[in-house]
Amino acid sequence: MSNYIKLIVLGLVVLFSMLATNYARDIAYLVHAIIIMVLSAGLFIHVLRNTDEPQVAVVDVSNEYFDSVVRAGVIATAFWGVVGFLAGVFIAFQLAFPGLNFEWAEGYANFGRLRPLHTSAVIFAFGGNALIATSFYVVQRTCAARLWGGNLAWFVFWGYQLFIVLAATGYVLGATQSKEYAEPEWHVDLWLTVVWLAYLAVFLGTLIKRKEPHIYVANWFYLAFIITVAMLHVINNLSVPVSIWGSKSVQVFSGVQDAMVQWWYGHNAVGFFLTAGFLGMMYYFIPKQAERPVFSYKLSIIHFWSLIFLYIWAGPHHLHYTALPDWATTLGMVFSIVLWMPSWGGMINGLMTLSGAWDKLRTDPVIRMMVISLGFYGMSTFEGPMMSIRAVNALSHYTDWTIGHVHSGALGWNGMITFGALYYLVPVLWKRERLYSLSLVSWHFWLATIGIVLYAASMWVTGIMEGLMWREVDANGFLVNSFADTVAAKKPMNIVRGLGGLMFLSGAVIMCYNLWMTVRRAPAKEASLTVAVPAE
Amino acid sequence: MDIYSFLREFADSWMLLFLFVVFVVVIFWAFRPGSTKIYEDVANIPFRHVDAPLPQSGDDEAAASKEART
Repeated sequence: MSNYIKLIVLGLVVLFSMLATNYARDIAYLVHAIIIMVLSAGLFIHVLRNTDEPQVAVVDVSNEYFDSVVRAGVIATAFWGVVGFLAGVFIAFQLAFPGLNFEWAEGYANFGRLRPLHTSAVIFAFGGNALIATSFYVVQRTCAARLWGGNLAWFVFWGYQLFIVLAATGYVLGATQSKEYAEPEWHVDLWLTVVWLAYLAVFLGTLIKRKEPHIYVANWFYLAFIITVAMLHVINNLSVPVSIWGSKSVQVFSGVQDAMVQWWYGHNAVGFFLTAGFLGMMYYFIPKQAERPVFSYKLSIIHFWSLIFLYIWAGPHHLHYTALPDWATTLGMVFSIVLWMPSWGGMINGLMTLSGAWDKLRTDPVIRMMVISLGFYGMSTFEGPMMSIRAVNALSHYTDWTIGHVHSGALGWNGMITFGALYYLVPVLWKRERLYSLSLVSWHFWLATIGIVLYAASMWVTGIMEGLMWREVDANGFLVNSFADTVAAKKPMNIVRGLGGLMFLSGAVIMCYNLWMTVRRAPAKEASLTVAVPAE
Repeated sequence: MDIYSFLREFADSWMLLFLFVVFVVVIFWAFRPGSTKIYEDVANIPFRHVDAPLPQSGDDEAAASKEART
């Protein structure tokens, strides 16, 4: 019966996307319509071929964890990571050597088109897949329950990959609503909303049917991340499409309200996507890798509630010296500075989890990776509040200092904790005894760390230089430097930044090789994948 | 009073007070007597049920006896 409903829905989707292909008003919408048409037609045939066939005996899997979707998520994370880092390295060199904005690819592969591709690839494709995969893994283990909703988890996984593909092709072909980190246009936003609500349902359903009476703190962070991102995404993307056959839409908010909503979204994308979600990761994988419980569970509760109560207010610090009223920017600034406390509380909680096991830092490069991610977390959550102060922001805003800050957080904190989680997960998920090579993990660690240091240091230098050059006035009050002067002065630092990124990328490629070889070559654990877990 | 002014005044008076009180209560809740023992136990959740979920059906006592298993 359910197959008939699926066929009707898929048939309607095919029909609609065929109409959309015919009437499409712009190239991005046309390409999206073709992608949807091909996918839904393929699914239609697949469902049709399996309809009214004799039922294959259903295997009872309720006594196993749902790990196949987590394995797929691990692969997607590694893949999108390399794609996103590669795009980042390329656009870094485009800034250093403008000739890389090739004449023949003008309008498709120039910096302006590739930059949102890079940010979305690393934040939403790499980070998002890491969050979905680890949250599915963690919520099952800490609830002692299989994922709720059966194949809904697969829908979340593939639906999210489709979102990524639609977003990425849209950027290159020029469909953007020009909102930072929220560039996808209305039809892609609607699709993400559907996928995200399914994600929320799977996660919440698993929590509700949990067998462990207490909800472990990591799940609190994951749940806060899922709910808040749903709220932020819907409100920031309120827009009216110009036509149902085109990708262009008009925002509902305008002017300073639009700016405020955008940065309320933008900063909480950092606060809940890149911080709360990844803290969930930290509260599970660091105790697991260190083989000891978190330093203070009380502190983790205080950490959670203070982070949740404070982060949501910090957005206006992106709008100092704009049309936004002073009281609002001051509010954002004060909350940003107060945020320093829970951030460092969380960092200390993670670091102190290792107390009594500090020797592991010498012997286990995976734990070293997790610890340095906390180091970068502490560094960027100190730098961020400082940059939100109005006087500092007057110097730092619009300069590369901001870019450096974002990358010490994203590469250092999000990247390193994700790498640590992947190194933990792959042997467990593929039932291997250990990783293929620990020395390759060390190589990855040092390449990534030195790469980030080169990146952040060059951006500090060039950002502060830029800020000082922009504000320099002569005795008569005239500006001394033109914008092009700052561009010329930044060249060496731009090259160093590109090299730092290249090192980070090569570290990630080494990781992929290491994980691949772990699955292929590392000795298997006794219970291999094909052997069913005995019923209890 | 128009909606904006009403919401604005409500937000920075009663709502602010409410959120602040919730926050303070949560902090004290974490330090309530007997919490240390409970939290010591729940901090070890990641080390249980690593390989397989607890059975969904069956009485709770049987489930509870298996919790000590790692």
